[in-house]
Parts: sequence; C-alpha cells; structure tokens
Amino acid sequence: MTHIPVLIPAPLLLAAFLVPLAGMLHQGLVPAVALAGSAAAAAFAVLGLRKVIAEGPLHYELGNWPPPVGIEYILDPLSAFMAVVVTVTGFLSLVYFRPSARHEIPDRFVTGHAVALLLLAGLSGMVVTGDLFNLFVFLEIASLSAYALVAIGDKQAPVAAFRYLILGSLGGSFYVLGVGFLYFATGSLNMADVAERLAPIYHSRAVIAAAVLIAVAMALKMALFPLHLWLPDAYTYAPSAVAGLIAPIMTKVAAYVLIRVFLGVFQPSFAIDHIPLLPAISWLAAGGIIFGSVMAIAQQDLRRMLAYSSVSQIAYVGLGLGMANPLGLVGALLHVANHAFMKACLFFVAGSLRYRTGSVGISDLAGMGRKMPWTFAAFTVAALSMIGIPPAAGFFSKWYLLLGALEVGNGWFVAAILLSSLLNAAYFFRVLENLYAKAGGKEDESRVAEAPASMLMPTLLLAVGILVLGLLNSLIVTEMLMPVASGMYRR
Amino acid sequence: MEFVLASRPLLAVLVSLLAAILIVVCGRWPNLREGWTLLAAVTKFGLVFSLLGDVLGGRTPGVTLFEVSPGIALALRVDALGISFALSASLLWILTSVYSIGYMRSLGEEHQTRYFASFAICLSSTIGIAFAANLLTFIIFYEMLTIATYPLVVHKGTPEALASGQKYLVYLLTGGGALLLAVAWVRNIAPTLDFQPGGILPAATGATELALLLILFVVGVGVKAGLMPLHSWLPAAMVAPTPVSALLHAVAVVKAGVFGLARVTGFVFGADMLQRSGAINPVAALAAATILLASLLAMAQDNLKRRLAYSTIGHLSYIVLGIVLVTPDAWRGGLFHIVTHAAMKITLFFCAGAIYAKTHRENISELDGIGKQMPVTLGAFGVASLGLAGVPPLGGFLSKWFLAGGTLAAEQPALLAVLIISGLLNAAYLFPIVYRAFFRHSDQFTKFAEASPLMVVPLCLTTLLSVGLGIFPDAFFKWFSLANETAISVLQVAVK
Repeated sequence: MTHIPVLIPAPLLLAAFLVPLAGMLHQGLVPAVALAGSAAAAAFAVLGLRKVIAEGPLHYELGNWPPPVGIEYILDPLSAFMAVVVTVTGFLSLVYFRPSARHEIPDRFVTGHAVALLLLAGLSGMVVTGDLFNLFVFLEIASLSAYALVAIGDKQAPVAAFRYLILGSLGGSFYVLGVGFLYFATGSLNMADVAERLAPIYHSRAVIAAAVLIAVAMALKMALFPLHLWLPDAYTYAPSAVAGLIAPIMTKVAAYVLIRVFLGVFQPSFAIDHIPLLPAISWLAAGGIIFGSVMAIAQQDLRRMLAYSSVSQIAYVGLGLGMANPLGLVGALLHVANHAFMKACLFFVAGSLRYRTGSVGISDLAGMGRKMPWTFAAFTVAALSMIGIPPAAGFFSKWYLLLGALEVGNGWFVAAILLSSLLNAAYFFRVLENLYAKAGGKEDESRVAEAPASMLMPTLLLAVGILVLGLLNSLIVTEMLMPVASGMYRR
Repeated sequence: MEFVLASRPLLAVLVSLLAAILIVVCGRWPNLREGWTLLAAVTKFGLVFSLLGDVLGGRTPGVTLFEVSPGIALALRVDALGISFALSASLLWILTSVYSIGYMRSLGEEHQTRYFASFAICLSSTIGIAFAANLLTFIIFYEMLTIATYPLVVHKGTPEALASGQKYLVYLLTGGGALLLAVAWVRNIAPTLDFQPGGILPAATGATELALLLILFVVGVGVKAGLMPLHSWLPAAMVAPTPVSALLHAVAVVKAGVFGLARVTGFVFGADMLQRSGAINPVAALAAATILLASLLAMAQDNLKRRLAYSTIGHLSYIVLGIVLVTPDAWRGGLFHIVTHAAMKITLFFCAGAIYAKTHRENISELDGIGKQMPVTLGAFGVASLGLAGVPPLGGFLSKWFLAGGTLAAEQPALLAVLIISGLLNAAYLFPIVYRAFFRHSDQFTKFAEASPLMVVPLCLTTLLSVGLGIFPDAFFKWFSLANETAISVLQVAVK
C-alpha cells in the first residue's frame, strides 16, 4: 500500500499548524515553513501522477480501515491531475504570498500564511478523497479559510467576505444535505460503493433530490452563472496575495467535484436522462461565458475585470462538462490547468501593480508597459492566452471545447465559445492599449520600478508555463485527460 | 513528391523569432539592433532560397516537430506554393528592412525597438504560414501574424491609430474565429488535417456542408485578403508607418489571406469539392465586385496611402478570382500575381513613404510638380503604376494575361470584362498621380532632393523586380514555374 494519496494534503495541514509556532519564534521562518509544506505536497502530487500513469490508481485506507466503512483516499488519473494543478499553482501562489502579504497585510502575515495553507490542504483533500462526507469536511476547511482570507482585505472586504460566507455556507449545506440523501438511499458514503449501489435506484426521488442538491451546491461554489454573485466582490476586495491564491484554483475544485459526482459516482446517463442536470449546466455555462465577458468589458478596476473574466472562464469548464462528451471534458479539464496558470499570472500582475503604484484602475495604466516591462510582458502572454491566441495554452482549451461542441452539434455552444474569444479580446486589448500604445510617458515623469524579484519570478514562471502548457498540451491530453474522459463516458 | 527531412524550414521560421528577442535585448543600441534585423532578413532569405532547389527537383523538404493536438503535429512542408510565397516575402523583407531604417530614422519615430521586433515576429509567422503542413499549424501562425501586426498598426499611439487598431482586431479576430471553427469542423469530418493537392475532404461530404464550410473558410482567410465586405480594416490600417503598409499590408499579411485561400481550395477542398459546394460563382462574383468597387473607391481617395490600399484590395481579389475559378491558367495567373503585385505595390508604398519622409505630404492633391524634386521616386512610381494597370512588358501584364485565359477557360466572359475594365480603372487612379507629379507646375518643389538612399535604393530594386518579372518571369527564383507546378499538382489530381 502506498501512502502517496494522503501525503498530498498532509504536509499542507502540518505546515498550517507549524506556521503559527514558527511565527512565535521568528517571522522570517514563516514563509520557509509554508513553502516547505507546499513544496512537499506538490512533489508528492507530481510523484503520484507519474505513478498513476505508470501503474494505475493508488488507494490509501485512512487508519487502515477498509472501505466502504473507512475513508479511502484515491489517486486516479483525474484526481492526480487535479492534485498537481492545485498544489503546483498553490505553491507558486505561496511564493508570491510572502512579498505581497508583507506589503498589504503586514499584521496578518503569520495568520495569513497559516490560513492559506489550510485552504490548500482543504482543496487538495477534496481532490484526493474517495469519500463523499470526507469531501464535505475538506470543503468546509477550504471554504472557511477562504472567507477568513478574503475578510482581511480592503475596507469593503468584510462585506464581500460576509456575502461569500452566506452563499458559500448555503452551498455547503446543500452539499451535505445531498450527501445525506444519498446515504439514506444507499447506506454508504464511499464514492465507489455508492456508485455501485445507486445504479438500480436511479428513479428514486431521494436520489434525484440528492443530485439536484449537490449540483446546485457545487454550482454555487464554482460561481457558475447565475450563482456567481459572491465572486466579483470577493476577488476584488481580497488582499492581492489572497486573490492570487483563491482565483486560480478554488472554483476549479468545485468543478472537479461536479465531474467526480456526475460522471463518476453517477453514470453520465443519469444526469442527462433521469434529470437533465448536465444539459442545464451546459446552457447556464454558455450564458455565463457571455455574461462574464460582457461584464468584464464594463469594469474600470483591473481586479474586478479579472473577477468577471473568472465568471466567464469557469463557465468554459462547466460547458465542457455539460456537453457530456469526451472531447468537451478534455477541454474542460485542460482549461482547469490552463486557466489556473493564466488567472494566477493575471492576479499576480494586478497585485504587483498595486504593490508599486497603489492603484489598479485600468485608465491609470497608460505607459505602465514600459515602466514595469517584465511584469506586463507576463500579463500580455496571459491575456493573449485568455483570448485564445496560439500557441498559448488558452487556444487549445478553446480548440477541444470547440471540437466537443461540434461533436454534439450544438451551434449555440460554438457561437458562445467564438464570441467569448472576441469579447475577451475587447477587454484585454483595452488594457494592452493603455499599457503600450497610449502615450503616458511624456508629461508623467513619475518613476515606477519593476516589481521586486520575489513577485516577478512566480509571475514570469507562470507566463512561461502558459506557453509550455500550450505547446505540450497534446502530451497532457493523450497521457492523462483522454483516458480519463473516455473512461468516464465508457461506463 | 519525395519527402526529405530538413531543418531549414524550421530555421527559416525561427531565425526572425530569435532576432526579435535580440532586437529587444539590444534596444538601447540602435545600430546593433538594426544589425540583427538585417542579419535575420538575409539569413531567412538564404534559408528559403536554399530550399528552392529541392522543391524544383520534385522533393518536399519538411520537418515534423511534435503533436499539438492528438494526431495533429506542428509540421512544416515546403512545396511549390509555399516557397513561392516565402521567397517573395523574405526577399522583400530584406529591402523593407533597409527601407525601414531609413524611414524610421529620418522621421525620428518612437518605439523603434518594438517596431522592429514586431516586424520580425510578423515575418516568422508569414514563413510559418507559407510552410505549414496542416491546417492546425497554419492557423497557429495565422493568428500569430494577426497579433504581431497589431503593435505596428497602433504604432503612433494617436486616437486615430488606436481606433484603427480596434477595427483591425475586430475584423481579423472574427476572421480567425471563423477559420478556427472551419478547421475544427474539418477535423471532425476528414481523416487528416494535412494539406494534400486535390483535397482531404471525404467524398461523402454533402453539398450544404461543403458550402457552409467554404463560407467559413472564405470569411476566415478573406478578411486578411481584403475581400469585400470584409475589407475596411485595410484602409484604416494605413495609419501604420509606411514600411508596414508596404510589406505587411501589401505583401505578407494580405497575401497570407490569398495564400490561405489557395491552400484551402487546392489542398483541403480540391476542384471537385469546390464545384460541388456550388460556391464558385458566388465567391467569384464577390471577387469581381471587389475588384470594380475597390478601384472606384480608390479614385475617390486623396490620401495617397489610402488610394494604394484600395488598389491593394482590388488586386487581391484578382488573385481570389484566379483561385476560385480552378482552371490551370487562372491558378497560374493568380499565383503569379501574388508575386508581381507584391513587387509593384511595395514599390508604390515605398514611393509614398519616401515622399512622406521628405516632404510630410500625404495627400495626392499636394503633390503637384513633385517629380522635379524627386524624379527617381516618382519615376519608379510611374513604372509600377504601368505594371499594375497591366501594361506589357511588366509583370502585371503577364499575370493578368493568364488570369484572362483562366476566365475564358472557365467560360466566364463577364469576368474577363471585369479584368479589362479594372485595368482601365487602375490607370485612371494611378496615372493622374504621375501626371500631377511631372506635368503640373508648382513653386514648392524646385530643387532636386530625394529621400535617403536607404529608401531610394530599395524602391529602385523593387521597380527592377517588377519589370524583370514581366520580361524574365522565371529568372532566378522560378516564380512562374512554381505557380505552374502548383496549378498542375492541384488541378491534375482533381480533374484527372
């Protein structure tokens, strides 16, 4: 038996408890502990992924209690892929966390790190667990950490966090209610076990109610339009370090839960034939793609623009899932990784900008492209990727989603994907125009330095990562995502 | 066609990407920076030229890099069609680079580093388009070209430039979207995305599907090709510095559009499928309308560059017309016109730029008597104008001659009439400029004062090229043979 599945959340959890202790000794130790824990988690995730590809799924029985009674942690290609995305992006976010938090939230430096680690532990736990109730526990760990982290932001942050808390708790309650229904219906909480016992009772009302509850819960958590209301404020007013941590991965894990439950625990046909949940998700997502982009165009604040862009981008994932075909799912999963990198990069840039100038208004950006050349070079790469310009990663998400939409023959989805790419261009080029083309240098003699190396390095790394993900997407798709997707739909 | 593995096509693409990096790094030392541009241009041309022998020898050099989507590799193949486009673009880049240095320096333009770097990336994309072995590779470079051109369009940073940039993006990205959809569609129905003479679409494809697919493709590549009604970004883009208008908006970008159309019709559809789609006549009609309308609109422009832009729109549609008629002569003429029009139009833009750099005049009505001051420039302008109007023995005559033959072979005499009328219209909007320059008197231009030799020499060389192409269409670069070979390979397979 291998321990790898549990070794992904464990170091994060451990580090979360060690950080306050380290903080008591010396503040300088805090980032070191946090990064060590996060790096260990990422290393185990990568190791696990390699092992899974080579040898097949890894199972771990927590406390040696055999499932279905005991809690089981599973690394299969899907969870291993997600674990890598969460922990690697999380690691980079923590690297960025230190300088940004020291500047923006100096008095919450230690607790900020601890809670950030808890958040990552919760997210990675959600990914590796094979138990529906255990997933709820991790979901709450992650969510509570997120509310707390958002709340330490700007003046408006507590209100944003409160709204997030209300809607998020609603989501959490729906989820646990749904799981309760499933438990009543099947007498089990282990995903594989529940899957087996569910098949004969798909027509049961309790099961259908459970499915609806879980779907709504996760739609709330992933901010799927029109349940996105908590997101724009939360991302806008959170500290930059926090936005750079939450925005790339938090909603993706909720999307992962949807995939896990509706393509894994339930057979895909259930959420289409018994109750049309997947089609509903896909249509809402198509609407959300357009809505988010249009709202992004209307924003004057860079962070708020990025927040609405997230509403649109997470809907890409929803669309790929809702299409209910392998190519769509490949597009969705690839976009999870791509968008994690892109959005992290973009929020890092917004944070660096705030660090240097204190302002994040789009109209204040004139000429900044030359004052912070590296930071905004990274921004440009990420922005072009968001628009879907090859060979950046975003192009390939679009490509697979488009192939999926063509396969199901839905012209509306095709139109939404293509139109969104134009709308993305509209709001990103507005920024790029300000950055580079507008003359801001002449009368404005103010000198703004490039972001400090500690912030610049992770940003640039992500920008390079976006290009690498794009060029190597075929490797990811053939080795990991295609087997996952065709496996899930074959049943 | 025997395939040979060669890294030169890849190097030809990469050399200017590398140069773009070096240009940015050396931005503080202008002479060194421009050195990289020139070195990259010469190297690129050398690499492309070195492939010519292989292609003429019946071989297809190429390289397959790695998969960018399962089963679809990023791959380059050099065939007759590709190398003919790559040769013209890379040859003219050398001259444009020299010209750019003269132009940008004599006007003291800002952001020259960005300008030269973007230019280099554009040329990488263009060669990538020319050598792309499959549709996905093609679209990757096609979209890169769209983005790399944008900084050049908005170069001046004025509200007008920004507005033009927005217009440019809306048109080009919409076209890119249509193209992407078309490529994804082909991926769903065809066994491969690799370009093959005679097409790759399965024989069972229905006529409606073919027609829809062709519409998407025509929108996708037609935007860059300035096919009406998708053309209006092109006159707007004239706000860019003149070397950009000269190389990109007369040669590389817009020709990437017509080149793409040739790829799609000849190597994705094939003549049979094109016939079955029933779209030949509509597209040909669109092209004919574009030819006439653009010429009429050109007459209405007082701004010299805008007049040339409308002229470009018209001439691009000559090529579009030749391609969609799918007769051997029409293809010969159309493909040869890619090269001849490139030489002639770049000359005209070079002249316009030289005039602007020297006198800051942009409008034709202000050019009375300028022939006295800049006789070489305006002389070159006159020669190229004759060529565009199709006067023998210039290159323009030859391509038009074959195009005319093509219209007859396709039994479309109305289109022949369009070509003839268009020739007259060309004369009507270009000759008056020459007339004003040499035969109207004004007191403002008296002394002989040409622009910098960095600008005058390139424009003389392109003039020579325009003339040479008419008299020796096959000298040095075998452009005519290449056009001929493409026409045969595409149409023989299809017609049998």
